[in-house]
This record gives sequence, structure tokens and C-alpha cells, in this order.
Amino acid sequence: MLSRIWQGRRIPLAWLLLTRQPVRLAVALAGIAFAGILMFMQLGFRDGLFDASVTIHRLLDTDLVLISPRSSSSVSMAGFPSRRLVQAMADPDVEGITPVHWNLLLWRNPDTRSTRSILTLGFEPADPLFTDPSLTPKAKLLQDRGRVLFDELSRPEFGPVADWFRSGRTVESEINGKKIRVAGLVGLGTSFGADGNLLTSHETFLELLPNTPPGSIEVGLIRLRAGADADSLVERLQRDLPDDVSVLTKDGFIAFEQNYWRSSTSIGFIFTLGAAMGFVVGCVIVYQILYSDVSDHLPEYATLMAMGYRLPTLLGVVAREGILLAVFGYLPAYAAGQGLYLLVRNATQLPVSMNPTRAITVFILILVMCMGSATLAMRRLGDADPAEIF
Amino acid sequence: MAAMVHLEGLRHSFGSGVNRRQVLQEISLCVDAGEVVLLTGPSGCGKTTLLTLIGALRQVQEGSVKVFGEELKGASRAARLKLRRRIGMIIQGHNLLRCLTAEQNVQMGADLLQGLSYRARRDRSREWLRAVGLSDHLSKLPHDLSGGQKQRVSIARALAARPQLLLADEPTASLDSHTGREVVELLKGLAKDQGCGVLMVTHDPRILDVADRLVQMEDGRLSKGAFAIE
Repeated sequence: MLSRIWQGRRIPLAWLLLTRQPVRLAVALAGIAFAGILMFMQLGFRDGLFDASVTIHRLLDTDLVLISPRSSSSVSMAGFPSRRLVQAMADPDVEGITPVHWNLLLWRNPDTRSTRSILTLGFEPADPLFTDPSLTPKAKLLQDRGRVLFDELSRPEFGPVADWFRSGRTVESEINGKKIRVAGLVGLGTSFGADGNLLTSHETFLELLPNTPPGSIEVGLIRLRAGADADSLVERLQRDLPDDVSVLTKDGFIAFEQNYWRSSTSIGFIFTLGAAMGFVVGCVIVYQILYSDVSDHLPEYATLMAMGYRLPTLLGVVAREGILLAVFGYLPAYAAGQGLYLLVRNATQLPVSMNPTRAITVFILILVMCMGSATLAMRRLGDADPAEIF
Repeated sequence: MAAMVHLEGLRHSFGSGVNRRQVLQEISLCVDAGEVVLLTGPSGCGKTTLLTLIGALRQVQEGSVKVFGEELKGASRAARLKLRRRIGMIIQGHNLLRCLTAEQNVQMGADLLQGLSYRARRDRSREWLRAVGLSDHLSKLPHDLSGGQKQRVSIARALAARPQLLLADEPTASLDSHTGREVVELLKGLAKDQGCGVLMVTHDPRILDVADRLVQMEDGRLSKGAFAIE
């Protein structure tokens, strides 16, 4: 069977048309690769943004999350009565709860004395907060007043806190004008919304933000008993609790945050537009190349028609040229994409990386780009008149 | 035996209105299988138009053109295309595919044959290239071949598709007398051995002797002397 296909093969006209004009081929491949790289970068940034916006969310040790319906995102969380969390505890499926304060506070860089917003989470040091068990011993350090745990993955603009701390220095600074001391380091990670993170106790948090209404929290974590059905409990709690809270699953909480960045800001749109521009530029380049290729070879196509080659066969040649361009343009784009992602990761600490979905998406976009352009270029073939060859 | 080509009262004109120009007038002609017919006449007298009409490259306007017994007047594109596969055309000028080697160009002709393996088609191409004396130039691009060599590749390509009818426009124009002679003998041998009909447009007085019949054309008409249809 295979040998029959092999024996039935024809002269690879599409391949020869492309490769016998190396300069034109190089220009075409450079154009396609450029478009591909542009799409990889823009889509990578966009997905990286959405991933990065939920760095903290993913770490939370929770099954369900209570938030205020007035909250729009992690950078503007509204408060709700912590009573609701206690009420949820009454459900037999609920095993444990953790009330969490969540707000952006002003951190003073201990080195340069300038201030910058830092995401601060306040919780009872005895309560579980993150799934990572290494936090538990460090949380004990927060039992003293005015102590914080500093995220060593925070951006350098917050000061050389981690270096100073490791070298044994006592690191003290101010938050919202109140003095605090760094009691330890944790590794959480930055996000688009927060350049740095801080953990502190419930008590210290209230001291830093004295205007917080009593009994008000921003996030309530609910852990379920093994085997409990999260979705049905979400429904039950939403029905039983008053309207001043929204009940979400952990995934729902992540989606809530990502959805904010996607729909309520223009960032998602901007990056998608950037990718679309790469697509359009690629289309124009490929169309130009294929169109002039067909035009240059028009007398030859006419000769083939005179010999008895059918038009669909010749259209197939142009289509194959499109496919070949797509494949050979994609490979360098993929390699360059990998390299640039590494560069971006190192420079911004954003979780930008090649994932299979995006690799396939970009390939399909390039294929559509090449085939669309090939289809447009094929119209030129209709001008080939075999009667003109004599 | 039925004639391979049978023309009856063929007229053809280009343009319309005042620019209308009649190029063919009342042409009637037959070419039988195994016959070599030479068509001569001053340039611009409509010889090439006649070839394109017989070669099913152009719509027939008036009169009747029958090739292999099939009427071409009013024939669909698909029908004409199918017919073209049985007609070999040797065309003046540079109509080889520039990106293909001599061998690959000839194989584009052989590739039209159904049911032959790649190897068989390639061997066939090489054989024809050898027959036209180009066995040393198999992998040269048209760019590196002389005009005469290109012409011979073009001939090999037409023959590799195993045509039943051969239409040739000045096949010896860019060949020296020796190769020209060889090529014409080759075409003649093909006509005799395989019962292929050959219609050749030529100005070359050196090859007139291979013709079974000589047809003169002038101002869109076949001149009286050669008008004979048996």
C-alpha cells in the first residue's frame, strides 16, 4: 500500500518552485516567522497575565471561597461580615474555615524610603492558609505584634529585604505609616495586580488598617470534608446565606480574578489585537510572495494546462506551497518563541512559557494565514490561458 | 480508417466590431493516423491559430473540428482538457518549467500517464531524453541549456506523454541541420511505428522531404494546390 503511494508520486512541483528561488523563500519564511513570533509573544503575554493574576489564588488551601459581591478583583476586595463564614461552618460538610483580610497597603522601601503598594493578607497564624506546609512553622512567628512575612519573590522595588534578612539583619520598615518588622521570608510570586506580597496576623492587619469595620473580612476560606460535593454545597450556601456574600469554588475564585483582567480591563484586548496584527502582517507577506510566484510562473502553468494538467491539480500546487511555507515558517517561530519566553521569564518573573495549546493555536493561525493567502493567489491562476503559449 | 483530425469549413476571427479580423477562412483539412503533414506559409497567416484550435486550446467559433472523431465545436472545458492529454504539443520558445531539471521537465509529461510507477515514468523520461541526444544533460536546469537543447527537452516532454497526435510549431527552428534532421526523423518514426498523426508547422526547407503531404497556407486559407482531401 505504502509502496504503491510511493510509486504513484509525482514531481514535487510545489517544493521545487519554492526551493529553486532561495532568496524569495528566505524572505517568505522570515515574514512568516516574524508573524509567528509576534503571535507567540502577544498570546504568551496575555496568557501569562491571566496566569500571573492568580498566583496567590492557586496557593490557597481551600475548597470554597466567600467574597463580597461588591469585590471586583484581588486589587479591590470589599469586606463582608465574618459572621457569614461562621454560619457556613454550621453545614455538616464543612470541615474548617479561615477568615482572611486582603488588601493593598503602602510599604516603605527600607533602603530608599519610597512607598509602593503591596498585597497584604491577614489571617490567624494558627489557621491553615496555603496548601504549602512550609508556611505553618513560619506562621507562628506572626503571633508577636507588628511582625510580617515578606515574599522574597516580590519585585526588587520593595527593597533588598530578602538579602538583608538572610544576612542576619533586623529588617524594619513602615506600612501605612506604622512600624513593622520582617519575621521571615516566604516564596509566593508576583502577579499583574500585585508586585509583592506580605503575610501578617489578623491582629497586626487591623492595627495597620484601623478603619476596617469590626467583624469585616475580605475573603473566607472553607475546607470541606473528604467526599463532600463542592458544587452542591456552593448552591446550598448561596441559598441559605444572605445576599451580602458570594460563594465560589476555588476554581470559580480563580476564574473570577482572570475574568476581571480579561473583560474589565483592556489588557486582554490589547494583546489579542497585537496577535491579530501579527496575523494580518503575515497574511500580507505570504499573499505577496505567493501572488508574485504564481504571476512569474503563469506561462509555465499555462503550458501545464495545455499539456492536459487539470486546474485543480495546479491549484493543489499553490496550496502545497502554502502548507510548506506554513510548516517551515513555523519552526523558526517556535524556536524563537521559546527563547523569548525564557528572556521574559527572567526579566519579569511572569509565568510566560510555551504550552501545547498555544503552540498548536499559533500553528493553526499560521496555517490559516498561508492557506488563505494561497487561496487568494490562486485566483491569478484563472488568468493562465493555454492558448497564449504558442 | 477515420481521420485523426478532420476540419470542415473552419473559420476563426479575433476582436469585434471594426477591429474584427478574420484569421482563418473556410479551412478544410484531414490528418490520418501515421501521417506526417507539413504546414507552411508566411508568418501571420494563421498557422498557429490553426494549431491552437486543433490542440483544443481555443473555443471553435465556426465550422467543424473533429479530433479523434470528437467534435470540438461547443465542447466543454473538461472535454477539451481530456482530449489535450492525448495530444502532444511541441511549442516554440521557452515554455519549460524553469525550476525543474531537464529530466523533471520531461517527467511532467510522463506523469500524465495513468497507472505507471514512478520508476517507469522516470525511465521513460530518460529514454526520450536519450532519444533526442540529451542523456548527458539530465540534471541541468533550462537556464543552463542552449536554445536547441531546450527545444529538444520540449520535444521529449511531448513524446513522453505518449501522444496519439503531435502538433509541432517550428520544431527545428533553433536546431542545427544535423539535430534538426534527427528530430524530424524521430517524429516520422513515431508516426510510422505508433500510428501517431503529426501536423508540423515549419519554414525549414531542409525537412520538407519527410512530409507525406505538404499544405500551403496563405491569408487564412489553404492554397489550392494542397487542398486535396482524399
